[in-house]
Amino acid sequence: MSRSLIFIGLVAFAFNAQAQNVLIKNATVHTASSQGTLDKADVLVQGGIIRAIGRNLANPSGMKTLDAQGKPLTPGLFAGISHIGLEEISQEDSSVDYDLNLETGDSGLIETLRPEFDVTRAYNPRSVLLAVARVGGMSFTALGTDGALLAGQGGVMRLDGGYEPIAGKRMPYISIGAGKLGQSGSTRAAQFMLLEQAFNEAKAPTPGDERLLTGQGRNALNQAMASQRFLVSVNREADIRQVLKLAQKYGIRVALVGASEAWRVADQLAAANVPVFIDAMEALPSGFDQIGSTLENAARLQRAGVSVSFINGNDGTHNARKIRQIAGNAVSNGLPWEAGLAGITSAPAKALGVDAQVRSIEVGKSADLVLWTGDPLDVASTAAAMWLQGKETPLVSRQTQLRDRYLAPANGLPRAYQP
Amino acid sequence: MNRLTIAAAVCAALCVLPAHARKKPDPAPAKPAPYASTYQAIPSVPVLIQNATVLTGTGVRLDNADVLMQDGKIQSVGKGLGAPANARIVNGAGKWVTPGIIDVHSHLGVYASPGIQATSDGNEATAPVTAEVWAEHSVWPQDTGFAKALAGGVTSLQILPGSANLVGGRSVILKNVAATSYQAMKFPNAPHGVKMACGENPKRVYGEKGGPSTRMGNMAGYRAAFIDAQDYRRKWDAYENGGRRGAAPDQDLSKDTLAGILRGDITVNIHCYRADEMAAMIDLSKEFGFQISSFHHGVEAYKIADSLARENICAALWADWWGFKLEAYDGIEENIALVDRPTGGCAIVHSDSAEGIQRLNQEAAKVIASAARADIAISPEHAITWLTGNAAKALRIDKLTGSLETGKMADVVVWNGTPFSSYAKAEQVYIDGALLYDRSNKALQPKADFLLGQEGQP
Repeated sequence: MSRSLIFIGLVAFAFNAQAQNVLIKNATVHTASSQGTLDKADVLVQGGIIRAIGRNLANPSGMKTLDAQGKPLTPGLFAGISHIGLEEISQEDSSVDYDLNLETGDSGLIETLRPEFDVTRAYNPRSVLLAVARVGGMSFTALGTDGALLAGQGGVMRLDGGYEPIAGKRMPYISIGAGKLGQSGSTRAAQFMLLEQAFNEAKAPTPGDERLLTGQGRNALNQAMASQRFLVSVNREADIRQVLKLAQKYGIRVALVGASEAWRVADQLAAANVPVFIDAMEALPSGFDQIGSTLENAARLQRAGVSVSFINGNDGTHNARKIRQIAGNAVSNGLPWEAGLAGITSAPAKALGVDAQVRSIEVGKSADLVLWTGDPLDVASTAAAMWLQGKETPLVSRQTQLRDRYLAPANGLPRAYQP
Repeated sequence: MNRLTIAAAVCAALCVLPAHARKKPDPAPAKPAPYASTYQAIPSVPVLIQNATVLTGTGVRLDNADVLMQDGKIQSVGKGLGAPANARIVNGAGKWVTPGIIDVHSHLGVYASPGIQATSDGNEATAPVTAEVWAEHSVWPQDTGFAKALAGGVTSLQILPGSANLVGGRSVILKNVAATSYQAMKFPNAPHGVKMACGENPKRVYGEKGGPSTRMGNMAGYRAAFIDAQDYRRKWDAYENGGRRGAAPDQDLSKDTLAGILRGDITVNIHCYRADEMAAMIDLSKEFGFQISSFHHGVEAYKIADSLARENICAALWADWWGFKLEAYDGIEENIALVDRPTGGCAIVHSDSAEGIQRLNQEAAKVIASAARADIAISPEHAITWLTGNAAKALRIDKLTGSLETGKMADVVVWNGTPFSSYAKAEQVYIDGALLYDRSNKALQPKADFLLGQEGQP
């Protein structure tokens, strides 16, 4: 579909009073649910909710319709665990808020372990990164933080300009491995020691002997242990096994993030019902925690029955949109295509506990939808149109504006006079 | 060509001397080029790839065509080719064939995997001008990244120093063959390059180490270095042109490199993001009389696409990186497509990444898709030139490789289908006619010593 056609559609739609209603006809609907893919299907959206899916749906009077001409329609995609809205320019400290880096005090580590730290309070939905991600077909992201062993909490954001996490939920983070040796006396063994100490302190503090956590921190950690899923950044197989033991000992739920060597523990992860968030293009031993990296990580985990979601481990914030390519490359290396799509839609939504709000194209779900020029997991395709809660969202960003400014024919005035 | 080989050529032309001149002291012999390539093509049998979709790297697409490689060279490309009796026949039906991919911007070997302190050899961040260092002296041939890049169809690559310095040192061009020394990878008869860097990196690294701490300080730094080298160049040129008699001037490694730039012997690669800074660097090149081969990264290159084409400067770019620094804030996904548009435009897809180099074809595919969104149609046969012909041109190895033309090195990739897809895979990779990667044959997949006994692959 050409840019101009989409633009005309948008103009027409912008004046529609019922902005959360639309009938999308004749799409190849990738539901990311047990329904799989439906050919030549229509999707009816009313009040921002998917009301019907099927062939030749009746067109309620006055309903805006769009003929998809057989193009693929997917749920809005997961932009990975990112710092969208928390980081404008990576190397400009004044524009970066995602990690808490308090100094370690003389007496110990009380300053660094702040499970009560809530990074969503720094979220700025006016960031230009949101629109860039939307142009790439991304509709939700998990705000990440990993500055410390107990790094605090993030939330899942719909990339529609809203300020609050979806369903008000928070996810607690833990970070294990080589990157955190500076916070654990130069040995990762102490990382597990400190985590156990923190868990014990949160569950049953000994009066007068609270060493690691603040009162608020104990409350936050207690609540997390009781009702939330920890997102644990960890890569090395041996560390993953320790994390599984820790989770079992304290009865906490975990998902793994990074998980370069998770394929070596695939059966145990499946048995313990532990989902993973991985970068499926990781093929190099980028460090000694990632010696076993392989392009087949996703396929091997999925075959074992592990829920696989994707992240972009390199520049997952500015280039969150690369997650489609990552899913496609996982498919290219043995993952079934439907599992590839699930890895950027339903699987992360479920692992993050927001699957009631975002995940799939099913009746009753929020209409976060993307129409594609072709296979959404192929870099040869781009997003052609997007709806967030049924509202058509222009695929315009600062980047497309720059493009159009410099593509416009010269008119005798400097480019600064172009729109 | 480096200074010493030029000197040899000059001597060959001028050293037939009249009889009376022979009474003068004999001229000092020209020294052989130091750290010379010891690369030897791996022996191969003739190979005929039949009935494939062939992208030649010169902008041409041939359907149902054959490619014949013999004696390490492209013998012929066309339909219904015959082959010598001992040729190996490859059924290319459904396959696509392209020249080997060339990455003009890699740090493999100098920032090797695993990325630890011990392998951090890419930035000699001790002074803002370190023209004396040669990246090849940091290259660790055991970097596992070389083999991964080969699996992505990369047959040649330029290894550059990092961008901490105004002048970071010399680059080296390698053939992507497994070896125990870099000399055995070194692309024979390729010129050296130099790496220079604009903008934020040098001023950040040296801002509190004696400067430069500003962009104006950066410019002053380049100018001072070239002014210094001009006098050095004059002294050496006089010595070489005078038959190398008497005492040679003192050798200075840094000024050797800078004088090599001024003579045009060393290819100039400049890390530069912003349009205004690229314009300043073009003026620098005019002030000192050298040609810039390519700007690297250039996220704002689209703003000066016409100027780059006019100045015959290539732009080696990412498909979609942006925002990690303010000077990268204006990145757009159509940058490469816009640089490519003017007549004479020379767009290159580069990696600067151990991950990106494994799938430069997919980076190009993203550009094609983004361009289509802006109603700019780009054909596969054209897009492949960003990874092959244009890259070879920028490195000045285009007479040797970068296209499927008779007599060129047989650096060839057989893909499972179109290269411009998430699902594209290089199935066979030939370097100088030798099959050095075969996806279907574990015995033809190199593995670095480092990975023995601990690899993640099955």
